[in-house]
Amino acid sequence: MTDTSTMLAPTRPEFERKVTAPVGLGDVAKPLSFAERLGANAAFRRGVILVLLAFAWELYARWLASPLTFPTFLETLQALRDGIASGVIPQRLAVTLQTLVAGYALGLAIAALFTTAAVTTRIGTDLLSTFTAMFNPLPAIALLPLALLWFGLGRPSLIFVIVHSVLWAVALNMHSGFLSVSETLRMAGRTFGLRGMGFVFKILVPAAFPAILAGLKIGWAFAWRTLIAAELVFGVSSGQGGLGWFIFENRNTLDTASVFAGLLTVMAVGLVVEGVIFRFLEARTIRRWGMQSG
Amino acid sequence: MNEIQTERTKTSARAEPALVNVDGVTLQYKTPNHLVTATYRVSLDIHQTDRLVLLGPSGCGKSTLLKAIAGFLKPVEGSICLKGKPVDGPGPDRMMVFQEFDQLLPWKTVSANVRFPMSVNGVPRDEARARACDAIAKVNLAKFADAYPHMLSGGMKQRVAIARAMAMKPDVLLMDEPYAALDALTRRKMQDELLQLWQDVRFTLVFVTHSIEEAVVIGSRIVVLSPHPGQVRAELNSALAQSDRDAPPFQQLTSRISHMLFDGEAISQERRPAP
Repeated sequence: MTDTSTMLAPTRPEFERKVTAPVGLGDVAKPLSFAERLGANAAFRRGVILVLLAFAWELYARWLASPLTFPTFLETLQALRDGIASGVIPQRLAVTLQTLVAGYALGLAIAALFTTAAVTTRIGTDLLSTFTAMFNPLPAIALLPLALLWFGLGRPSLIFVIVHSVLWAVALNMHSGFLSVSETLRMAGRTFGLRGMGFVFKILVPAAFPAILAGLKIGWAFAWRTLIAAELVFGVSSGQGGLGWFIFENRNTLDTASVFAGLLTVMAVGLVVEGVIFRFLEARTIRRWGMQSG
Repeated sequence: MNEIQTERTKTSARAEPALVNVDGVTLQYKTPNHLVTATYRVSLDIHQTDRLVLLGPSGCGKSTLLKAIAGFLKPVEGSICLKGKPVDGPGPDRMMVFQEFDQLLPWKTVSANVRFPMSVNGVPRDEARARACDAIAKVNLAKFADAYPHMLSGGMKQRVAIARAMAMKPDVLLMDEPYAALDALTRRKMQDELLQLWQDVRFTLVFVTHSIEEAVVIGSRIVVLSPHPGQVRAELNSALAQSDRDAPPFQQLTSRISHMLFDGEAISQERRPAP
């Protein structure tokens, strides 16, 4: 080891020079090739996975050759087309969606009330946190027997369980969203002279929008699953069944291809809501505002 | 405005009433474990077109005092009056620019951000648009009027915040260490721009900083606060600009202030009884 304490770096002459544009480097920004851009497209990559899955399904089902337990992909598509053409699937879907929208809207309204109470008063905060702690872990479907007892066989029972599945998740997210709004933004809003409801709707709600949207998404997923499950249990309300009932009915008649068609419809609706409606909402709001990347 | 001007012509500059009176203000706030006294019996006057700088080390309550002038905090003792009326809660007549970059509303474009306080306070649409345009041009961001805050750099965000406050035409503009989170080069540029803006508009400014150089450059009147709790140590005048940085008067003033801030600390340490 050398002793560096007495060593000094060599003294070098100073210089200043003019900076010129680089020569022969070509464009500073070059466009990517078509294949590179295609590979970067998430929708394309996921589409490829779907096609491969469908292909594997078809091959496996043909090898199994048991349409009663596992119909082929093409048979399922055929059943789906028949179901749509005969108007059964659209009609069942409409019944399901009507119930869903009613329950979802009611759940959101109650969640908004709860959250407003929780933000403005301390007793409201205590109520909300106690209720969410109690009811959030309770699967909504577990309340169905009770709902049937109270509201009878029909839409009100379904709406009751949907409200329960939406309410707590959404309220919890909204509340934590409001709490995480930065102190600076709150103070800025107050120097503008905003107070009360104006402050909530013009500052808190948009600032907490990422959390609110996340709550809406979770609430939607809960509501959709709960509803299909509840419909499977009874489903027929005043002669009109929903998608869940469609699946159950076809299983009873051993029309397995139609059961698969019903399941595909359930998935398709989920995909459309998640991938189209919520994505659109996100792109127009939090992504444009730079509150979420990607 | 006219009233004040006519009064100024009638009476001498000395007798003109101050815009803001801070009179014997003691401020306290609670932390989970302590009741902290931030300032103790601070008195100062802020006059029209003042560039008053509150300068002091951390813990001297300068930001707390600014927040009290903004109306976020009520004095435990003493009073704060704006144009003779006691301050009661925050309001658009005392617009504030914060240190944090997240003071802009991320869901609004630059121009919508600047228009927002005006629309909340009932300024007619066309007038608000014109005033916003003007203010954005004054801070050299005309090109970015339709950009969202997340697309801007830190310095640009602070400029938007200044434009937003200026467009509201407040009685007094409060700035809480607005350039503390900027790099040194941007900070100097922003200081120059603020002074240029003051040359154009002649607003009243209260500016909080812990940088002696910044205080000397920005301020026309510098209030030096001592820490724990904040008390007024001195009020000084400064007529120095960025270009005077290397001149002897600039050095003299900064070293005079730093003596005030640091020697005082040494004395109080000496005075402390031995354990």
